[in-house]
Amino acid sequence: MLRYALKRALSLIISLAVASAVIFMVIEVAPGDPARFMLGLNAQPDTIAALRTELGLNVSKPERYFNWISGMLRGDFGTSYTYRSPVSQMIADRMWVSLPLAVFALLLSIVVAFPAGVYAASRRGKTGDITVMGATQLGVAVPNFWFAMMLVLVFAINLRWFSAGGFPGWDAGFWAAIKALTLPAIALALPQSAILARVMRSSLLDILSEDFMRTARAKGLSRRQALWRHGLRNALIPVLTIIGLQFSFLLAGAIIIEQVFFLPGLGRLIFQSISARDLIVVESVVMLLVFSVILVNFLVDLAYAVVDPRLRSRT
Amino acid sequence: MSFDFTKLALASTFALCAGMGSAWAKDDIIVALQLEPPHLDPTSAAAGAIDSVLYSNVFEGLTRFAADGSVNAGLAKSWDISEDGLVYVFHLQTGVLFHDGTTMDAQDVKFSLDRARAEDSANAQKALFTGISDVSVMDPATVKVTLSAPNGSFLFNMAWGDAVIVAPETIETIKTNPVGTGAFKFVNWVQGDKIEIARNDAYWGTAPALTAATFKFISDPTAAFAAVMAEDVDAFAGFPAPENLPQFQADSRFQVLVGSTEGETILSTNNLMPPLDNVLVREAIAHAIDRQAIIDGAMFGLGTPIGTHFAPHNPDYVDLTANSAYNPELAKELLARAGFPDGFKTTLKLPPPSYARRGGEIIASQLRQVGIETEISNLEWAQWLEQVFRGKDFGLTIVSHTEPLDIGIYARPDYYFQYDNPAFQALNTELGIEADPAIRSDLLGKMQRMISEEYVNGYLFQLAYPTVANAKIRGLWENAPTQATDLTAVSWAD
Amino acid sequence: MKSRSLIFGGFLCVIIVGAALISFLWTPYDITTVNIPDRLKTPSMLHWFGTDHFGRDIFSMIMIGARTSLAVALVAVGIGMGLGVPLGLWAAAKKGGWTDEIIMRGNDLIFAFPSLVIAILITAILGAGAINAIIAIGIFNIPVFARLTRGASLSLWEREFILAARVAGKSLPRISVEHILPNVTNLLIVQGTIQFSLGILAEAGLSYVGLGAQPPMPSWGRMLADAQTMVSFAPHLALVPGLAIVLSVLGLNLLGDGLRDYLDPRIRVART
Repeated sequence: MLRYALKRALSLIISLAVASAVIFMVIEVAPGDPARFMLGLNAQPDTIAALRTELGLNVSKPERYFNWISGMLRGDFGTSYTYRSPVSQMIADRMWVSLPLAVFALLLSIVVAFPAGVYAASRRGKTGDITVMGATQLGVAVPNFWFAMMLVLVFAINLRWFSAGGFPGWDAGFWAAIKALTLPAIALALPQSAILARVMRSSLLDILSEDFMRTARAKGLSRRQALWRHGLRNALIPVLTIIGLQFSFLLAGAIIIEQVFFLPGLGRLIFQSISARDLIVVESVVMLLVFSVILVNFLVDLAYAVVDPRLRSRT
Repeated sequence: MSFDFTKLALASTFALCAGMGSAWAKDDIIVALQLEPPHLDPTSAAAGAIDSVLYSNVFEGLTRFAADGSVNAGLAKSWDISEDGLVYVFHLQTGVLFHDGTTMDAQDVKFSLDRARAEDSANAQKALFTGISDVSVMDPATVKVTLSAPNGSFLFNMAWGDAVIVAPETIETIKTNPVGTGAFKFVNWVQGDKIEIARNDAYWGTAPALTAATFKFISDPTAAFAAVMAEDVDAFAGFPAPENLPQFQADSRFQVLVGSTEGETILSTNNLMPPLDNVLVREAIAHAIDRQAIIDGAMFGLGTPIGTHFAPHNPDYVDLTANSAYNPELAKELLARAGFPDGFKTTLKLPPPSYARRGGEIIASQLRQVGIETEISNLEWAQWLEQVFRGKDFGLTIVSHTEPLDIGIYARPDYYFQYDNPAFQALNTELGIEADPAIRSDLLGKMQRMISEEYVNGYLFQLAYPTVANAKIRGLWENAPTQATDLTAVSWAD
Repeated sequence: MKSRSLIFGGFLCVIIVGAALISFLWTPYDITTVNIPDRLKTPSMLHWFGTDHFGRDIFSMIMIGARTSLAVALVAVGIGMGLGVPLGLWAAAKKGGWTDEIIMRGNDLIFAFPSLVIAILITAILGAGAINAIIAIGIFNIPVFARLTRGASLSLWEREFILAARVAGKSLPRISVEHILPNVTNLLIVQGTIQFSLGILAEAGLSYVGLGAQPPMPSWGRMLADAQTMVSFAPHLALVPGLAIVLSVLGLNLLGDGLRDYLDPRIRVART
């Protein structure tokens, strides 16, 4: 087990190294000079040169890559070109929006998907199952930004139950913040809950056909009792994997939704930084997101290996 | 807690006295703007968003722009100009304190001007200061500025946001913690969301009516609409979606101000790229364009047609729209005369603002009517600056030139539209050293005519500046002579 | 239920594909001409879906927009299959070897990147446009097909008929093409349909943020973006393109499910 874990950890480190190099190269070739962007139309060449020096853009690319990596290892993500404040601080600030939003959306999707999936599985082939599955088909097909627009139209512009966007900050109180995140979380959760409900259903159906479930049924438990007592726990493993993946997806995938609701989150930070050519911020945020996905995968792999020893032999 | 209670008690007493429920005059305001400043130093970036928050509120210059665009006294209460127009002696206001409590004096003025014109200066409008040959302190309240050549617009230049007075003590941290002399001091910046300022009780001039103000940044036009509708913000200066204005006008909760800006919106033309280097082709394009359709279609009616690169509200403006009246038949004829009876193909590169994106689609359709095919590409600003502005790799583009009185760009042959006419350059040089208003006006008229008659660019319309605000707010700037949201005179009506 | 999915999904797909094909020959109105006085008309007999802010007929734009959506998604999935399937076959043939390891780690790496962010980066570097949207979506389809193909092929390699082929001295690539590939085709068709629908969603998202097909070529995502500030007084501008996206994605998903049940009910598809 330890050998397997070490092997996976090594592969994790290699992945991160390759990812960082790819990110740096891709982002550095983007056309557009951050200094020129900041100084605008009437700037003179010597002014731009002065600013480039100030921003540290004049050192060679390998050197900048090395500085970036060694800085990150020390927890120093550098200083934003445009905002002139530490990138780590900016990321931390935005995290306070993106992380709760992702958690909120995930909770919503679980709350909807679990009962729906269990219900559909227990009514397999009957009207209830068909209805739930039909609804999930629709849920997967709706683009979340369009759904967000419709939510704004109905609940913010017409009914005025929620504000159409913005984030008052956690200082404004827990419920005020939650209220501001509600519509975005619903928009994000819709397709996720549809996917999760489908996984939940098929995972339960798989379990129901397993031997130990038949034994449980044979012992006189009803289908539903067997499902609750034995099925659910075992069916949760693939569901948890999907949840793990969805979480990293929600963290990065909220970019358009954050745009629609003008939430000051990570997604909007990336968008702004790309258009302002604030390369160091883009690099660091993308790296962080990639890191979180690779880490989740690594943990999922380890968890599987613990549950199912056969997997350890797989390289 | 007890404080809040007192305030509440006070409020209700007050309400009783006034005899109505909502009489507690509001003394704070939330103003929304579309763009967030990248940082808070107006003297080292071109971003107008910095001035939109800080100009006149937090930072002040020797002179300042008033709401009508005229130049008034600022930190300098008066000035003397020498006969030859080379020496300006500024007499400063006394008793002016920076927000950190230090005194603003002649040393600070010298520091600010020297910093802006220094070799390694990062000032985005360095050209404003290049004519200064020396700045010297005569006494703590008097500064002498010597120019290398007379400059008719020097006082105007000193009113720009790029020329505000900053203190050497706080310059290191100005980008995150701006310290100025204005009627409001900087309090807090939540990046990606808002900037808060509060009344400066030690202000040297007239105290503002507001005690606090919050600038909220809402870039998305839909969100902007919803935020105003829901009254999450009290005012939106520079409202980004003209299509929504009729809804606000129809709603008694709001007032809509449509002011003028210094933004000449033009179909910029690469004067060196064939076949656009042919004046007949440019004339044909000018006649192929239906300005009113663009103003209606892209701006939903907002904007004043222009026929040259000059603001219509300026007294020196000459109406030359007739030079480029909409006439597709004439356009076809001109194209045929230029040797392109079947039209030609060129590029149309559009930056992000909606005037450019929407205007571009309309212009493409209009040009197609006379046989000119355009290949549209939508660029973000960074790409636009790189490809169009620096690389000059474009046929046509649409952009609004928002700097005040910027006809001088036509005297720069290496400027991105590459208009090179020695006669125009001579006029511009003459203008630079001329101080007599009558002669200046005459020169400006000649310049306007010259670029209009040579069809250097397609002149579309002067960008309008819509502000949507709560109906009870008074004192907001209607026009935008410079990018500023001056709150010093803003108050709530009872 | 099974055949119902197939029929309903197929029906929706036929309508969308039909609209796209017919638009090459005929649309009710010319959409390249801007007609400002006619703008923002609500649906009527003259304009079935109304007109947009430039006075263009929305019905015609939806028809031509279908072309854009389908073309982008189709080519992107084509890229994913064209590169992903050979990689997956190769990895399975070399199971456990270093090529397998590199291919699979490479896949993991692509999966680890936030797709939308990378798509935005790609278009920031190469410029916005349909071609670059295709590249951005295509890249993320490669690992999907590579993994699927490898996973399905692995078990086949242990079957008798493959062993027989190996004993007969056939090369690994030849076995992959002659024996493995035909056995995973059904799976690929089903997954391809799902990826196609995801491609349409991705194209809509990219166009919505302005990084997809450029004007004057209409695209559903950009129609939504253009409509955004006008939904409060002209909701049809946002409803029509939104429903077009929903119905095409729904149609393809149902078709995929129906095909799976029809071809081989044991097939499992990934849907993330």
